[in-house]
Parts: sequence; C-alpha cells; structure tokens
Amino acid sequence: MTQPSDIRPLTTAETDALRARQRERNKVMGLILGALAVLFFAISIVKIAEKPKHEAGEGVATAPVHS
Amino acid sequence: MSTANPQALIMPADWRDFFALTKPGVMRLVIFTAVCGMLAAPGTIHPVLAFTAILCIAVGAGGAAALNQWWEADLDAVMKRTAKRPIPDGRMERSSARDFGFALSGLSVMTMGLAISWLAAGILAFSIFYYAYLYTVWLKPRTPQNIVIGGGAGAFPPLIGWIAVTGHITWMPVLLFLIIFMWTPPHFWALALFVQIDYSKAGIPMMPVVAGERSTRRQILAYAAVLLPLSMTPWFIGGTGMIYGLSALLLSGLFLWLSIKVGLRTSATGDGMKPEKRLFAYSIFYLFILFAMLVADRFATVYGIQA
Repeated sequence: MTQPSDIRPLTTAETDALRARQRERNKVMGLILGALAVLFFAISIVKIAEKPKHEAGEGVATAPVHS
Repeated sequence: MSTANPQALIMPADWRDFFALTKPGVMRLVIFTAVCGMLAAPGTIHPVLAFTAILCIAVGAGGAAALNQWWEADLDAVMKRTAKRPIPDGRMERSSARDFGFALSGLSVMTMGLAISWLAAGILAFSIFYYAYLYTVWLKPRTPQNIVIGGGAGAFPPLIGWIAVTGHITWMPVLLFLIIFMWTPPHFWALALFVQIDYSKAGIPMMPVVAGERSTRRQILAYAAVLLPLSMTPWFIGGTGMIYGLSALLLSGLFLWLSIKVGLRTSATGDGMKPEKRLFAYSIFYLFILFAMLVADRFATVYGIQA
C-alpha cells in the first residue's frame, strides 16, 4: 500500500485468475449463507411448534429412562 | 502483507484451504462420537434440532482447529507431516485463519445456545477454549503430558451430544468423556513412537522424545489397563445393557493385549515398528465400534430385545 510506484497493472491472465478465485469464493459463501438461512428458518418453525418445555412422556414413546 | 516482491500477485485464499483448516479428517470422529452420544442418550430430540446440534459441534471443532493452526503455523512449518497445511505452505495469510477460527467458534456457540440450550453451548464454548488455548497455547509446548490433556478436547463431542438431548449432566455422558480421555494417550503415543523424529525437530515435548521410549511404552500399557474397567463402567452402573458391556470387555481386552505387546517390548532399529502401527490402527477401530455398540445397546433396549 505504501509503495504505489512499484505496482504495475495486472496482466489479463492475472486478472482472470483473480476474478475466478473471487467468483468461486463468493459462490461458496452464497451457498453457506443460503443454507444457514434455511436452517434458521427450520429451527424457528420447530421451536414455535414445540411445547413450552420438555416434559417426561412428551413426544415419541421411548424406553424407560436410565441415567 | 508481503513486500518482498511487489510484482507477485497476492491471491485471496482458496475456499478449499479454509475447509482444510477445519481438519476434516479429525471431524469425522468428532461427528461420529457426537451422533453416538446423541443416539445413546435417553429422550428424544427433533431431527432438525439434532442436525443443528451436530453441525454446531462440528463447526466448533473446525473453529478450534483453525485457531490451533493459526497459533502453530511456525511449528507446522518444520514438521514434515504438517508443512503442507495452508498457512505454512503460504497459501493463506495467518490473520485469515485467525478470523475464520473466531468466526466459526462464535457462530457455533451462539447457534447452539439459541437452538438447543445454553448448557450445551457453554460446554461447547469451553471445549473450544480448552483446545485452542489451554491445550495449544499453554500446555502443549510445556509438558510431555500434553496429549493426556489434549485428549480432553476430543472427549467433549459425545458429552455435548448427550446433553443436547437430555438438557442436563449425568454420570453416563461423563463416563463417555472419560473413556475417550483415557483412550487418547495410548492411541496417540503409539503414533508418536513411530513418528517421533518430527516432534523433536519442532521442539514439542512429546512423550517418547522427552521421557524415552521405555517410559512411553509403560504408560501406554497403564492407560490401556485403566481403560478396560472404565469402558465397562456404563454397564456396571446400569446405564447400558449387556450388549454394550460384553462388547466393551471384548474390545478393551484386545486393546489391552495389543498394548501389552507394545508396552513390554524394546524396539530395534529397522524392525518396522509393527506392533505400534497395529495398536494405532486398532485404536481407531476400537473407538468406532465401542460407540457403535453403545448405540446398538440403546436401540436393543428401546425395542425390547434386551431387558
């Protein structure tokens, strides 16, 4: 940043490589954020539908509780 | 930022290198033991929440792994096994790994707290702190018992998985924690015996380098001997049935037998370290099957196949 005189413009090949890398990163980031949005939506739905507190005997019938 | 060659194009790190930073290989065992802890726990959890809890445990472990590599980049650079990791290989800036690690850790703990419970989130946060700070920064460079303490970090996933289902701590998840805790030293020292040159070069006080092979072999044997009764304790206290109990006896018995072979032997140059390699390979198999049997035992009880 402090020595602008040394910096030459990027060649076309370099620019292409840089752009390709950025595009790839953006794509992955987009996928992760999209998946997180879906996950948080699903969590919200489950939480809203859930009964207020876990009680014994709630939900699917299971085996005798052992600790 | 490098100023050595201003002509060099500084590329942003590849996303695959960020993925590599989370140590996907280690994560497999983390996910597996967390899933087993969850399936073996008494109670039910909504599949979406179960998935979220596992994801949080895995992402938290990935964050801790990234922080570990941020801190140890200099050490990784001098060891053959780790020199090709993203930071020592120059494919990523150190600060990127640090930011990535903190982001994953924070995100996983927050999500765990909001979706599951703050008890599970608190233990997850502590496990990340335990691995990234207590182990990596503080104890690993100081004591040859580092692996014993490091084992604690790997022992958290089933504990957190269990607590995500039940919402409170009982003896059973603590026992699962202790089993992995006791399993780690013989597992890792078997490996350390046949790759010890690497660690001495990096100045890490790994047991075989500091205390010598003889002492390391004896300690492998000691831990394996404790592991046998410990792995059967869930059966003794009535937390599991006979399917798990007998499996634990068989698996831990074989573990002890292979450890005796390693523990009572002195290696000669050029003998290929066969018993050590066999113990190391078996130790991985051991943990997978032991936890699988824990789940099988629980399902057998649920479906009335065993009392």
